[in-house]
Amino acid sequence: MAVYIVKRFAMMIATIFIIATLTFFLMHAIPGSPFDEERTSNPTIQANLEKFYKLDQPVIVQYGHYLKSVATFDFGPSIKKPNETVNSLLKRGFPISAELGLITILVAVLSGITLGTFAALRHNGIIDYMAMAFAVVGISVPNFVLATLLIQQLAVNWQILPPATWSSPMHMILPTLALATGPTAIIARLTRSSMLEVLTQDYMKMARAKGLSPARIVLRHALRNALMPVVTIMGTMLAGILTGTFVIEKIFAIPGMGKYFVDSINNRDYPVIMGTTVFYSAFLVFMLFLVDIVYGFLDPRIKLHKKEGDA
Amino acid sequence: MNEHGNRHTTTRQGGTAVAAKPLKRKKVFTETMLSVRDLHVSFKTFGGEVQALRGVSFDLYKGETLAIVGESGCGKSVTANTIMGLLPHPAGKVKNGSVIFKGRDLTKLDKAGMRKVQGVDISMIFQDPMTALNPTLQVGEQLTEGLRTHQKVSKADAKKKAIELLNVVGIPNPEERLKQYPHQFSGGMRQRIVIAIALICEPELLIADEPTTALDVTIQAQILELFEEIQERTGVSIILITHDLGVVAKIADRIAVMYAGKVIEIGEKREVFYDPQHPYTQGLLASVPRLDLKEEELKPIEGTPPDLFAPPIGCPFTARCPFAMEVCDKVHPPTTELTITHAVDCWLQDDRAKNVFG
Repeated sequence: MAVYIVKRFAMMIATIFIIATLTFFLMHAIPGSPFDEERTSNPTIQANLEKFYKLDQPVIVQYGHYLKSVATFDFGPSIKKPNETVNSLLKRGFPISAELGLITILVAVLSGITLGTFAALRHNGIIDYMAMAFAVVGISVPNFVLATLLIQQLAVNWQILPPATWSSPMHMILPTLALATGPTAIIARLTRSSMLEVLTQDYMKMARAKGLSPARIVLRHALRNALMPVVTIMGTMLAGILTGTFVIEKIFAIPGMGKYFVDSINNRDYPVIMGTTVFYSAFLVFMLFLVDIVYGFLDPRIKLHKKEGDA
Repeated sequence: MNEHGNRHTTTRQGGTAVAAKPLKRKKVFTETMLSVRDLHVSFKTFGGEVQALRGVSFDLYKGETLAIVGESGCGKSVTANTIMGLLPHPAGKVKNGSVIFKGRDLTKLDKAGMRKVQGVDISMIFQDPMTALNPTLQVGEQLTEGLRTHQKVSKADAKKKAIELLNVVGIPNPEERLKQYPHQFSGGMRQRIVIAIALICEPELLIADEPTTALDVTIQAQILELFEEIQERTGVSIILITHDLGVVAKIADRIAVMYAGKVIEIGEKREVFYDPQHPYTQGLLASVPRLDLKEEELKPIEGTPPDLFAPPIGCPFTARCPFAMEVCDKVHPPTTELTITHAVDCWLQDDRAKNVFG
């Protein structure tokens, strides 16, 4: 296990390095500079600014500085907001985004698995058809459309929930709903199909032949086996939810990372682009790593390490 | 008829060859523990209704081993699943008949009532040990969960019992093995565990659905010996479902031959092996490959079983039967009791047909 974690860790570092490098060169391939809009500044000031941010040096030298900042995780001050550092932006924005993302994942996983399980247990029944109809709609409707509809209906027409911001649990309901519906639908469909397969397995018949309670048969015997595909897509789903938060944050005026991230690209705010990208990719890579670990716990046949003498 | 005579003697020899091992002791069975009466079971499919069982009747005595034999699709496993309450819901349905176990009709029990019988009074052993165990649960948990569900025993007591049972079924280092997962066991070992699971609540009836089919020959023999040992130790009754006549010869006391959803011949092992009366049973015994005869070709029973979507009104074997008469196609033969134990459904037993053999 320890060997596996060390190996995976080295891979993670390599992955982040590649992402960081690609981001750097892509960013420099985009025409324009952070100071394009400031027409008033004279050439001397501009030159001084560029010197301050080391933008006057050759790209390869800048790349060296950049790698150093990635390694120490200190991206320095933002160009557009000189009194803020990238780290302070992350510190302020990320907890809010993480909150939105985590609640979404929690809601999606719990409701998706429940829905999928009931659909499978009542295969070709009314619950099954309703759940799958919901799933098709959930997968088809993009979250920004759903968000707008939800605001219009629940916040404007009926006025039962606040339309924007992130200040109380009531405020969290609409953004979470908008963001979680898609992933819920995907998880529900996946759980249903893998559950249907598991239910026909011999060991399920054996569990029934033991006279166990239906709850135990489903929860202990079926679900654990049926969840493997769900865990598998959790990795890519996390990425989807992550980028989804940017859109949802924008619509609901939530002061999370999304706003800074999008603005920084529009403004060519190099340190912020770098900081947020590297931070997010590190986060995602780590989550994928966690997913792999969870595999091992769910299915004992998946060995994360090779031990001598194991069959 | 000359042809029939030849066939007859061949099967006699066949019986001797397969049932080489003599009975250790003569067992006497008197107490009926399970009686299946006129059991009809159907399955609804897209193609229509399959009549899988069409009036199955037999008795099972306490402490005996009854083998149910027949080719694929004859209703052996459906019989087992019906007794066990494991018919697929809602496709499979008991249309008629009863399964009386200790004075109760199991077909009339609801799901909760059936759960108190499953694993407690009646246990089942499945065909393929590679798929019968849940791959994600420790063997110990799979072994003790039945016990912990049905009887209020502590975890420690359940574990003690599990270790004891693993010793009985011949698994070394039981304490350590309980913590392992199914993939860490070989096929034979897994079947031993499946057997241990079936025995944990000390059932009175064990239904083994082709318990050795998925195992290789040496392991098969070991598992069969284990069955005999367990029966001697606990006095459990066994229904053994198989198409392997070698297995039957080894451990069965009585044999029921099934064809197209009916029991067509039933009797004590030596009666069915040495004196088979139904042409199907004769064909079945003649088709067993022989090492002691020079004949190189296998003797199959020509043709295929009837379509159970629309089963024939008469004897279902008519189309394949070398002695078929006019009546066979039109009326199903009545059951003829040849001895107290031996019964057969065949028109050849009718007095008016005796002259067929000349």
